[in-house]
Amino acid sequence: MKIMAFASRNAKEILRDKTSLGFGIGFPVILLLLLSLIGANAPVDLFDVDKLTPGIAVFGMSFLSLFSGMIIAKDRTSSFMMRLFASPMESGDFIAGYTLPLIPMAVAQILICFVTALFLGLSASLNILLTVLVSIPAALLFIGIGLLCGSVFNDKQVGGACGALLTNLSAWLSGTWFDPAMVGGVFGKLAKSLPFLHAVDAGRYALAGEYGKIMPELWWVLVYAAAVDVIAVLVFRHKMKSE
Amino acid sequence: MRAIETNNLTKKYKDVTAVDDLCLSVEQGELFALLGVNGAGKTTTIKMLSCLTAPTSGDARLLGDSVVTAPMKVKEKINLSPQETAVAPNLTVRENLEFICGIYGITKEEAAGKTEDMIKRCSLDEIAGKKAGTLSGGWQRRLSIAMALISEPDILFLDEPTLGLDVLARRELWEMIEGLKGKVTVVLTTHYLEEAESLSDRIGIMAGGRLSAVGTAEELMKKAGKEKFEEAFVVLCRGGSLS
Repeated sequence: MKIMAFASRNAKEILRDKTSLGFGIGFPVILLLLLSLIGANAPVDLFDVDKLTPGIAVFGMSFLSLFSGMIIAKDRTSSFMMRLFASPMESGDFIAGYTLPLIPMAVAQILICFVTALFLGLSASLNILLTVLVSIPAALLFIGIGLLCGSVFNDKQVGGACGALLTNLSAWLSGTWFDPAMVGGVFGKLAKSLPFLHAVDAGRYALAGEYGKIMPELWWVLVYAAAVDVIAVLVFRHKMKSE
Repeated sequence: MRAIETNNLTKKYKDVTAVDDLCLSVEQGELFALLGVNGAGKTTTIKMLSCLTAPTSGDARLLGDSVVTAPMKVKEKINLSPQETAVAPNLTVRENLEFICGIYGITKEEAAGKTEDMIKRCSLDEIAGKKAGTLSGGWQRRLSIAMALISEPDILFLDEPTLGLDVLARRELWEMIEGLKGKVTVVLTTHYLEEAESLSDRIGIMAGGRLSAVGTAEELMKKAGKEKFEEAFVVLCRGGSLS
């Protein structure tokens, strides 16, 4: 009851912020269209719509961190959080209330990417639904990063950390538009040690129907998501007590 | 049973003692004002009484429940209107009120009735469908107090409720607060001496984290040997411990 009331409020706050929402959904779609166009004129394997779409879907989810981080930071830095903390909500209600509305938003965002991709020539198959499913751990990872950043930073800092840094990190180190192995060295190792590349590869294998290759990639994402989410919950609880 | 009873309530931040050995009692239905200059400890006292921050030592009982050992029970009986306006900006006035009902565990059906009733009681009809973020400061403050009242708290904390409002908006809020007398226990902090003098049953003057005097406005003027409340306040703040 309390969780649903809080989740509903958070969903309304996010969905009614037209600029962020338009950017979060519109930007990945525009990127998909542009890169597909480039791919059509200068054939590059990575720019094939079946390779590109899982990557853009993961990149698009990095905006979820911005959404969740901004709403928490804005609540924290205004007196609104004081009002919430004085209410009989417990820490679990807060965390669930901030997380729950973002999961359907993540699914909607991925589906919009794939519907766009279908218009660009992606073959319709059940593997699309599997790819959506495989992308959920990445959504939980990005939501957790947002919860963590929102618990630590103010709204301007969240804009920098999640809006600029994280979106760039997830773009450059995910192998969406170039293979980090081609750069090699520290960059290649860094990309392999972070979850973004693995999230994209898991999606690509799911879409290609190479089911046996999904889990080795997905484990990276699951472990990172679990670690980030646990840290985010602990930090939020600590902040709840100290603030 | 007294509404509020504090026993040697103390809050220290490293070397600074924000509230020092506070012993205070407030009767049920009383409108009690806490007065003091900046840094006197008023807001810290409110934060401890509303379970937002734990006391370093001492305790407070609100209608019999301890803020140290039973904060959730306390939270179910209280509500708070923080110093800065605390509303959800992208929610309408009506949605803000329904949201507070939700996080206090009130059912949807009951919430709808309470919301309409509160809109009428607080004269919010003309702005009920507007987003809170678009309202003037006076309307936002009025909504903030309505949000604190809708859960029907036994004890209501109003932290600087009229700060920064123009004379008319302040007078309107005074009328609203005066209407609560005898029905709800209200603890009000304010910088405006005339506000405390005109609204409260009793006034507590805090200075340097300590309660330097308690009484009705007339009692305080008599104790300080002054004919004007402002002069009495200055004497009592400067350490004329007369209580």
